[in-house]
Amino acid sequence: MFGGFDYDVILRSLPILWQGMQLSLLLTGLAMSGGIVWGTLLALMRLSAFAPLSVAAGAYVNCFRSVPLILVIFWFYFLVPLALGRPVGPFYSALIAFALFEAAYYCEIIRAGIQSIPRGQVLAAEASGLTYWQAMRLVVLPQAFRNMVPILLTQGIILFQDTSLVYVVALKDFMTAASVVANRDGRLVEMYLFAALVYFLICFAGSYGVRRLQTRVAA
Amino acid sequence: MKYNWNWGVLVEDPYLFWLLSGLEYTLLLSLSAWVIAFSLGSAIGVSRTLPLAWPRKLATAYVELFRNVPLLVQMFLWFFVVPELLPADLGRWVKRDMPFPEFWTAVVCLGFYTASRVGEQVRAGIQSIPRGQYIAALATGLGWMQAYRLVLLPLAFRLIVPPMTSEFLNIFKNSSLALTIGVLELTAQSRQIENYTFQGFEAFTAATVLYLVITMIVMLSMRWMESRTRVVGMIGTRR
Repeated sequence: MFGGFDYDVILRSLPILWQGMQLSLLLTGLAMSGGIVWGTLLALMRLSAFAPLSVAAGAYVNCFRSVPLILVIFWFYFLVPLALGRPVGPFYSALIAFALFEAAYYCEIIRAGIQSIPRGQVLAAEASGLTYWQAMRLVVLPQAFRNMVPILLTQGIILFQDTSLVYVVALKDFMTAASVVANRDGRLVEMYLFAALVYFLICFAGSYGVRRLQTRVAA
Repeated sequence: MKYNWNWGVLVEDPYLFWLLSGLEYTLLLSLSAWVIAFSLGSAIGVSRTLPLAWPRKLATAYVELFRNVPLLVQMFLWFFVVPELLPADLGRWVKRDMPFPEFWTAVVCLGFYTASRVGEQVRAGIQSIPRGQYIAALATGLGWMQAYRLVLLPLAFRLIVPPMTSEFLNIFKNSSLALTIGVLELTAQSRQIENYTFQGFEAFTAATVLYLVITMIVMLSMRWMESRTRVVGMIGTRR
């Protein structure tokens, strides 16, 4: 059944696949950074004692977590050019979609991380004269983030897998590049199996690394 | 920002029908896939806790494999690659004679993918039960199969209602990936309405609202089920 397996098509398309992979990694990195920053702000809003803020942040998170990522990608592919009044291409609209979407998930992780810090830390910080922002920046968030690193990275691996969905707006990431070659050369079996193997190796190595890190952080 | 609002498009002739048929496909696809995910996932979760090495290793390999490949890639593998690798006769049947090939391929793909996640929840549920329960069951003369069937699983399934709720919600959201192999489910239909009418706002809002409604119905019914199945006095049921 692997008699007609054409390894050559994979070798020939390595440059285009590598370009796609660079785009996948770039998108993952940027969306992750944006998602963590916006997610932290959302988490602080959700934990705020000021009701309108916490309600708004809660609604944001619940809305984004209730709809499929593909629908969010379509939304922003349609909205961003409309809002700016000029075409921007799929990369920026996809990047905005991913950052805003992932922020909802990061918010929940970070909120749990902040809540795991004992209340006494905040009280002690306030008692020593720090303002709210100082207490968060110097006392609470550094401790919370230290505990959260493994979960944030795991979410990053999920995000990396999700970037393959930019296929639906024809943005040339690794998956789309593989699919273009597959259809052009009529080599679907080879290209899709190779794509699966590459994704598997990266994500498996990533989650193995996170597990190692987890035991080190816990120790 | 210039935009011509026309909410009426949502109730116009083919478009309302498109939305409803999309909703129907999303529901049918997700619920059928859940049947596979739940049964296979339970078997995998149980296997991962067994004292027998082979089933445990096999189940672990399954979970690692399905969790580390993006769902989109899996969708393409099931749709384009698997029929080629099957024995010739079966492959020909899948490609030519199988009814609704896109739909059933998506059901199988989504079911097998979600099974790996359900399996992890079931395993966590079983492992959260104090070991004494299992030992006591064995001490009263039950075999390990009986201990699982009569003691561990009834407890475990009641403990994991909350995480299973989020997996159940995920399957509705993930069903949107079926559009990549041509199933016209809810997201695909809203995109199609946008393409035909340029009323993206209205079309995507309709889809968003329908997904929110699905989420809300699932959350409310699972909350009701959780209150009915709560195990009194167990860890993880505080509240």
